[in-house]
Amino acid sequence: MSHKEAQKAQKAQKRTVSEEELVAVMEREREELEQTWARPTGLRGWFTDTDHKAIALRYIKTAFVFFILGGIEAALMRIQLARPNNHFLSPDQYNQIFTVHGTTMMFLFAVPIMTAMGIYLVPLMVGARDVAFPRLNLFGYFIYLIGGIFLYTGFVLNTGPDAGWFAYVPLSGPAFSPGKRVDIWAQMITFTEISALVGAIVVIGTAFKMRAPGLSINRWSLFVWAQVVTSFMIIFAMPAVMLASGFLASDRLIDTHFFNPAEGGDAILYQHLFWFFGHPEVYIIFIPALGFISPIIITFARRKIFGYTALVLSLISTGFIGFGLWVHHMFATPIPQMGESFFTAASMMIAIPSGVQIFCWIATLWGSKLNIKTPLLFVLGFFAIFILGGLTGVMLASVPLDLQIHDTFFVVAHLHYVLIGGSVFPLFGAFYYWFPKWTGRMLSESAGRWNFWLMFIGFNLVFFPMHKLGLNGMPRRVYTYLPETGWGTLNLIASMGAFILAIGVLVFVINVVWARRAGVVAGDNPWAADTLEWTTTSPPPNYNFHNVPVVQGRYPIWQATADAPVVRGLSTTKRETLVSSVMDAQPELKFEIPGPSIWPVLVAVAAAVALIPGIFTPWAFLVGAILTGTVLTCWFFGDPNYKNKTARETGERSEPVPAARELQPKEI
Amino acid sequence: MIETTHTTRHVLIALLSVVCFSSCGGGIQNAINPAGPQADNLSRLWWLMFIVCSVVFVIVMIALLLALRNRTQEAPSALQPMLQLPQQQERRRRNVVLSALSVTVIILFVFLIASFSAGRSMTAELAHKNGLAIEVTGHQWWWEIRYDDVDASNIFTTANEIHIPVGVPVTFTLRGADVIHSFWVPNLAGKKDLIPGKVNTIWFQADKPGVYRGQCAEYCGLQHAQMALWVVAEPQEQFNAWRQNQTQTSTPPASDSQKRGQQVFLSSTCVMCHAINGTPAGSNIGPNLTHIASRNTIAAATMANTRDHLAQWIKDSQTVKPGNKMPQNNLSEADLNSLVDYLQSLK
Repeated sequence: MSHKEAQKAQKAQKRTVSEEELVAVMEREREELEQTWARPTGLRGWFTDTDHKAIALRYIKTAFVFFILGGIEAALMRIQLARPNNHFLSPDQYNQIFTVHGTTMMFLFAVPIMTAMGIYLVPLMVGARDVAFPRLNLFGYFIYLIGGIFLYTGFVLNTGPDAGWFAYVPLSGPAFSPGKRVDIWAQMITFTEISALVGAIVVIGTAFKMRAPGLSINRWSLFVWAQVVTSFMIIFAMPAVMLASGFLASDRLIDTHFFNPAEGGDAILYQHLFWFFGHPEVYIIFIPALGFISPIIITFARRKIFGYTALVLSLISTGFIGFGLWVHHMFATPIPQMGESFFTAASMMIAIPSGVQIFCWIATLWGSKLNIKTPLLFVLGFFAIFILGGLTGVMLASVPLDLQIHDTFFVVAHLHYVLIGGSVFPLFGAFYYWFPKWTGRMLSESAGRWNFWLMFIGFNLVFFPMHKLGLNGMPRRVYTYLPETGWGTLNLIASMGAFILAIGVLVFVINVVWARRAGVVAGDNPWAADTLEWTTTSPPPNYNFHNVPVVQGRYPIWQATADAPVVRGLSTTKRETLVSSVMDAQPELKFEIPGPSIWPVLVAVAAAVALIPGIFTPWAFLVGAILTGTVLTCWFFGDPNYKNKTARETGERSEPVPAARELQPKEI
Repeated sequence: MIETTHTTRHVLIALLSVVCFSSCGGGIQNAINPAGPQADNLSRLWWLMFIVCSVVFVIVMIALLLALRNRTQEAPSALQPMLQLPQQQERRRRNVVLSALSVTVIILFVFLIASFSAGRSMTAELAHKNGLAIEVTGHQWWWEIRYDDVDASNIFTTANEIHIPVGVPVTFTLRGADVIHSFWVPNLAGKKDLIPGKVNTIWFQADKPGVYRGQCAEYCGLQHAQMALWVVAEPQEQFNAWRQNQTQTSTPPASDSQKRGQQVFLSSTCVMCHAINGTPAGSNIGPNLTHIASRNTIAAATMANTRDHLAQWIKDSQTVKPGNKMPQNNLSEADLNSLVDYLQSLK
């Protein structure tokens, strides 16, 4: 339907058309939208489909598979450590397993799955029909998938990296890690870096420029805020690890000496570069989870959030301070005391924004009538676990105390409390909360309770004793220990807890499989929640919204009036979406976004041609660069309008929105 | 003399096992069982933070549970969302949140000051400590220990076992020979890294005689798990005697078997890596064996230094500590016996 027709339809609506007429128009529009936004199916669909929901779900499934793999590795380690002098794993196997476990959980599970949640939900929450760069988004998924498969291929072939997930030099350097193990690690980092950067750009573009009218920046859901802060952190943190892994790869491959002390290089430089990324990485994993918590709490407390502004400022300040405390990973290296003190203060300071958020959430829950369902249960689990992890974090910030507990099982306990408590529990809560939106069916509530309690009890059994083990002198990353050390009992308890935790995760998997077939049908808004994604059907149509809503407040559904306006005039025959202003979300343009394409996957493959053989010969980079350049050229010259060639011919890819003022909502 | 060291060793090993098994709070490798001023400072800081943090945790959990006391079984859709709350309620909430935040900030400042002062007390006097100076070099996967002295004839090198006199501050200069290791004896002090191309320092002092176990705390490759060391704190006279002995060259072989053992040592691969002062063996790739028999453990505190263990280690160290840099030695039974005889004579 052309723009004029749309206007006509709008006028027709104003003339109070008859009910039947309206239904007929809507039905026709819906059919046209279905056709325009149709997704390629089958094998071709797998390689070309740019629908953000499909890509996000694929991301989530892939990351969850990696989560299970990482979990199996953890279980193997717990079996090995269950008793002293155990011979279940050889030291070489153990070292590969703990390295791949850490690498998987950080790079192949946590970051991608958090980005994926954003890729699925941000467009729906801001009222966009797709993400800002759908094809780039598809490319990001494939580059991630190739990186993950690459790491595991190496692992299966007994070439898994074995230098720890932060691969300190000189241990990871050419002299002490010959072979290709560390090269695979360093290159896998490159893949996931690219994917994370792409995800960040997509989220930022969508959140800032593709919002429904009225969704000014101060009405963003806290979920969107968290995703935006995370995305900016990714953009600033990734270059550091790019340098670290790039220098390491070139030290290993082409005999540079960035990190070789014998040739004037510096082993500590690597640590600085790595942790300048590595610490923000923790917040890149944690902040999106904060974004899950707020919507869940708002929904279940049935009231507006307490301290919206304070929460937003906390997210942003966490993002900033997160870059100022990397040295607390390096207190045992020779760093001047003055410098160390600065990082102690910065590390403790991060407790302030975290505290603000916890207090605001409790204040929101306070006095509300609560019907505690599984999503909220997981959020409550987050409180118990994360606060404990945060408090041990404050202890680790203190230089002298850190020197005792650094690199011990105390740190292992701490990092799992903040990462599993801070991220995985909210993530499971988010699964229970948004699963109906993704599939149209509810997950089982009683299985959800089992899932929660098994995970909660199992988790604490595994990790709480580790605090004591660390104080009792057990260093991390040891494949065995002597019986005389007296660490046996606590380790056995931890190992038993690991299996309870694993059963908890298994219950979740069964619940998902069951709910896909037999779950209660959810309807559009089963939780009676407030954010825009619940206005559309479950699962949402390919075009997300038939009529993009006009947002009337911070809680769009709760604040919508009966005669709430909707956006009319978006083409139903082109993949058109609204481009809006950064601050106030005033409609600026109607923009046609590209549809399915084969080029993204080809670029990913071309990049893999540069990167994978690149660990054997530097010439691969030359070949790969030429190849990538060629494919990218084709991508850019290729037809951006897969279905709709006329738009390209007539040059009407975008057009200004007329009478934008009219769409401006009244303040509520 | 030989007899007494034997007894001491057995007593020490027994002590080690008993202490480790008996309690959680005790232990010879335990950060909260301090045996010196450094670790004592740290353990006090730990208990301060532990208690304050526990109280904070309990209070927040109680607040959370109180916030949850108002339950309903009604479906969410049945409950009208509240977008306007009474002004007074909002104000009260704001005040509570702000007070909680102020308390947080105050606690953080207390921690900060406690942490700084503990840190100062640990490093400030480093330059003035006029005690013993020891250089520790981390190797994959053992510790090279060099006792420094103004008198060059008093300098000697040993491995994996540090003797220190009680009540005397000891300054350690830490270096890494290959990869990064970390020197950590939790009962005495925190850890410091041994980094190739850098020099790190740490000092500690033992106030009680005893054996303290330390372990490498920075992942350093295949056998990171079995890179431990013993610190033996003993009264000054005992230490002096030990030191006096260590500065001597090795005991010449006495019996025939020992003589043959020395020949085996000097004519096989042992000599490529190990030094025994007083013999032509002078390589420093592996631990110095001049006084191997005086040590309590072998293989970086992996096994007690007994005859059987020595023989097993020489013959097939790869089974005990897979990946370590010592090759397998296919010695005849007789040669092995003589070699062990010889090594056991190196008091």
